[in-house]
Amino acid sequence: MQLIRRLLPYLRPYWREALIAPFLMLLEVAMDLAQPRLMQHIVDVGIAQLDMGIVLRTGALMIGLALVGMIGGVGNCVLGVRAAQSYGADLREDLYRKIQSLSFGNLDALGTGELVTRLTNDVTQIQEVVMITLRILVRSPLMLVGSLTMMIITSPRLALLLLALVPIVLVGLTIVIKYAHALFTAVQKAIDGINTVVQENLASVRVIKAFVRQNHERKRFAGANEDLTARSIRAERTVALFGPFLMMSLNLGIVGVIWFGGVDVTRGGSQVGQIMASINYLTTTLMSLMMVGMLLTRVSRAQASAERVTEVLDSEPVVVDAPEAVAELSGRGRVALEGVVFSYGSDGEEPVLAGVDLAIEPGQTVAILGATGSGKSTLAHLIPRFYDVKAGRLMVDGLDVREIQQQTLRRQVAIVMQEPFLFSGTIAENLRYGRPEATDEEVILAAKLAQAHDFIMSFPDGYDTLLGQRGVNVSGGQKQRLAIARALVMRPAILILDDSTSSVDVETEALIQGALEEHLKDCTRIVVAQRISTVLNADSIIVLEGARVAAQGTHSELIQSSPIYREIYESQLGNGVVAHG
Amino acid sequence: MAERPANRTQSGPPRPMPGRPGMGRGPMGIGMGAIERAENPKGTLRRLWRYLSAQRAALILTVVLVGFSSALGVVGPYLMGVAIDDNILQNDLPGLMRTALLMLGAYSLAALIHYGEAYVMSGVSQRTVRHLRRDLFDKLQTLPLRYFDTRTHGETMSRLTNDVDTISAVLSMGVTQFISSALTLVMVASTMLALNWRLGLVSLVTLPLMAGLTRFITRYTRRGFREQQATLGALNGVIEETVTGLPVIKSMGREEAAIQQFGVANQAYRAAATFAQTYAGLLGPMSNVIHNTGIAIVAGAGGWLTLAGYATIGTIASFISYARQFGRPLNMMANLYNMLLSALAGAERVFQIMDELPEPEDVPGARSLDHVRGDVAFEEVCFAYTEGVPVLKNVSFHAQPGQTIALVGPTGAGKTTVVNLLTRFYDIDSGSIRIDGVDLRELQMDSLRRELGIVLQDTVLFADTVMENIRYGRLDATDEEVIQAAVLANADHFIRRLPHGYETKLSEQGGNLSQGQRQLLAIARVMLADPGILVLDEATSSIDTRTEQHIQEALLKLMEGRTAFVIAHRLSTIRNADQVLVINDGQIIERGTHQELLDMGGFYHRLYMSQFKVATPEIA
Repeated sequence: MQLIRRLLPYLRPYWREALIAPFLMLLEVAMDLAQPRLMQHIVDVGIAQLDMGIVLRTGALMIGLALVGMIGGVGNCVLGVRAAQSYGADLREDLYRKIQSLSFGNLDALGTGELVTRLTNDVTQIQEVVMITLRILVRSPLMLVGSLTMMIITSPRLALLLLALVPIVLVGLTIVIKYAHALFTAVQKAIDGINTVVQENLASVRVIKAFVRQNHERKRFAGANEDLTARSIRAERTVALFGPFLMMSLNLGIVGVIWFGGVDVTRGGSQVGQIMASINYLTTTLMSLMMVGMLLTRVSRAQASAERVTEVLDSEPVVVDAPEAVAELSGRGRVALEGVVFSYGSDGEEPVLAGVDLAIEPGQTVAILGATGSGKSTLAHLIPRFYDVKAGRLMVDGLDVREIQQQTLRRQVAIVMQEPFLFSGTIAENLRYGRPEATDEEVILAAKLAQAHDFIMSFPDGYDTLLGQRGVNVSGGQKQRLAIARALVMRPAILILDDSTSSVDVETEALIQGALEEHLKDCTRIVVAQRISTVLNADSIIVLEGARVAAQGTHSELIQSSPIYREIYESQLGNGVVAHG
Repeated sequence: MAERPANRTQSGPPRPMPGRPGMGRGPMGIGMGAIERAENPKGTLRRLWRYLSAQRAALILTVVLVGFSSALGVVGPYLMGVAIDDNILQNDLPGLMRTALLMLGAYSLAALIHYGEAYVMSGVSQRTVRHLRRDLFDKLQTLPLRYFDTRTHGETMSRLTNDVDTISAVLSMGVTQFISSALTLVMVASTMLALNWRLGLVSLVTLPLMAGLTRFITRYTRRGFREQQATLGALNGVIEETVTGLPVIKSMGREEAAIQQFGVANQAYRAAATFAQTYAGLLGPMSNVIHNTGIAIVAGAGGWLTLAGYATIGTIASFISYARQFGRPLNMMANLYNMLLSALAGAERVFQIMDELPEPEDVPGARSLDHVRGDVAFEEVCFAYTEGVPVLKNVSFHAQPGQTIALVGPTGAGKTTVVNLLTRFYDIDSGSIRIDGVDLRELQMDSLRRELGIVLQDTVLFADTVMENIRYGRLDATDEEVIQAAVLANADHFIRRLPHGYETKLSEQGGNLSQGQRQLLAIARVMLADPGILVLDEATSSIDTRTEQHIQEALLKLMEGRTAFVIAHRLSTIRNADQVLVINDGQIIERGTHQELLDMGGFYHRLYMSQFKVATPEIA
């Protein structure tokens, strides 16, 4: 309930709809409830007294009331749908904005795949409950109370029958819901099992084919499939018990009404029409009861979705702009780290960077080298302030990055990440992504520098080639080159290449480096690399080891002074060079 | 009722698949939703029927049961009329007792039969869906790689889950409800006509009214729901893409643009969904009016007929009850019609997969490759993934048994394609590939692949223990053999340091291991399989130097005495190779040993120099 309160404010802009819709439903319910009474009137008065006038008038009244009820129903539908859909759209939009505002730390914790599910599936679940609430959930309790009241008014004595029936139905309902919940949870698990097998099969299709394991996989799938089938059948059969059970209770009631009512009629206590009206109200009461029960389970299922959505809404971005953050930078591209300490988890955890000092001058090319997990990428991610340092400070152009607006900082710092991500759309749109106003000439120049122009032009549509499922597929190396070009279009003061040429062949990589050297003299370049050939030309090479800077200098300095550097160097190129020399 | 858009996201973000010319981590909306209406409903229905008819006996039983319960449903109101007319109004209490007991019996029987229907039908529908899922999965196993390379996982996944689910829902509820609705309609109508044909005819007036209303509304809802699913698909596409690409968006400060893009899709969906659901929601209140009108007509006409002596009060009571019964199946059938349409669209997507061409079957008399020597020859091989864009052009080479062949060249030159052809993941367009003198196409595909050991750059592990992951290479291997393979692959020492050693459960995609460790497991797997020919895609880009040395050692051991094709990134591999094939632009432009190629001073020389041009003068 607390969660519902948390998400209720999203309905506020549509409070008129949300308030009027139930009232209109009230109208429909009232009209519906009046019908059996009118029917009773026709039978007991009109037909019994053979008064055709009453029959026709009452019949006309029935149709009239039904029309009024329809106005209520249609109105409720129009308003309810509008309110619920708008509610869902607003909630989704807010959630989306929130997600866009989250920092990398939040994303690591939440997981992007998870976020997609929350934006799609979970919001839909909640939106549906709102719709149900506004449209049906109001109706059923109203019908329940209304028909109960009407039944008592029509025949208090026959209404006593309900006293016996309602508890039976309630108990049955509770039991079924309880069992059904457990059974359907089991079904859901089996579905997850099937999904895992299929997902693995899709991801490993090469391995499966290469090892000729199709039959093995078929067997695995058959097991999961069998499991799901058995559980589904058991769940469905259990739930199916409820329908006949309810029917039984209902019909028991009807027979009861006929018997007791019939006896009463013979004694002159009641009239036939009363019996018929009572049967109607009895039916409505029990049906409504069942609806309420079923709907409540829907609501409780949406509870889980609400929880997942509020979790995101309540998470605060780890990295936020300081109130007096600077909106402008001189843009020379100086970077300085002073005693930087960083860890991804809580403070007690072993730091990824434990006191790093570094000064990078404008226009310099600095390479960062080190083993996996030595903190190279982490260091690169700290400069555009994807994460905040735990201690020490990181300065760009003489300012602590925490004193610069993120937008401003990130316009100055372009980072090309390990795994290039391109958006669907044309190549040109992708290259302009960071700076939509870039001219064609700028885009083409960037592509040329990134050695992407030639292969782009080899596509029939050139820069207008569509990327993605329905468009051209590019190789990993080509993707990396497009990502580099995209960063270059931004004209950054600082360019960070985070192992972003790993799939590019060595020769092309050398061409890219040469082109950047020539055209981006003013741009500070920070290159994270595994391949030693990538870093040889750098003004300064930094070797990270054990969360610290182990060595720093040019290639010729380090080859003399740093054993770690020498080890890396020799393992990659060492013997080859001797053989050649 | 709120219609439920099927949009359970089953897919994770698209995974990177380096080393193949197809799509990789693509920025694309996952194929969820976009449930169009079936294009060939009749054909699809017929195919679906074929699945259902496998359970013919149970299905017939269901129809019989539904027939009984529908009949009993008609008996109830009839008895009610009898109770009023013959018993109550005649002051016949013993008779009333008899009728009441009769009613009770009829209702109890009906309830029992209802349960029987549901019981039988849940078995029918679930077994049908199981059958469908099994066929679909089996089909997937036979599909060529080309299929998987051109579709996102989410797309395929969604067909196996969402679409099959829709079918399942319709089968498990729809079939019985449809039959019972139709039978009830027929029976109620005929009973009414039999009971009192005059009043019966009057009561049926609501039928054309309902039909008209349903047609009127579905005309809008069909369009509306199509639009809703289309906009939902687009919205989900935007979400999938911009959330997966969030790091890029943030690093370029483009959050506002993304929010705008999302907003447009979100509003489009809202508008479409509001339209569709409003129209769908109208069906209820409007049919309610028809319904009540029907009752009023029965009452009015009944009263008039009673006055004229053509009917009795009891008849009217029964008729009113029938008129109420009439409305429900009509409403139900209108809803079912909508459900059926969406299920057919789902079924069509499922059958689309089933209609895909499978991998070519072995030719008659195909040979089994048992003790392969490892003599591999490519002759004038040409190949294109998409017509008109050749990837390999007249590639010829010959590997002697036991030789190591290094494939070198820029990205996109066609190195991985050579591997794809050797494994027959794809078939060549012209030329021939021979192993031990036999054309690949004359070999049993399974025996060929069993003799090929492949270590891919991107190691795929299963969510199972380390032990089982290695055993995947040879399913009948004992634990000892698995461990022995791990020792040979230099993987034993790190495995033993895992929390539960060989019994450590790996998460999907082996997330709890480093990339290097995953590669060592893949090597152990191949080691266990003990193939005659090796295909290695050396990946070093993200592995640190020390792990790389372990891998290097393991690979050398693996290559001993086997013909090996290596997409080479390491200098040591290239230097030790018996032949280096330099591939550029789909052709072998240079070949020879490392030293010969250097002396030639051509493309390879340049490639080599560009890598070492700074280093060389330093030492020399």
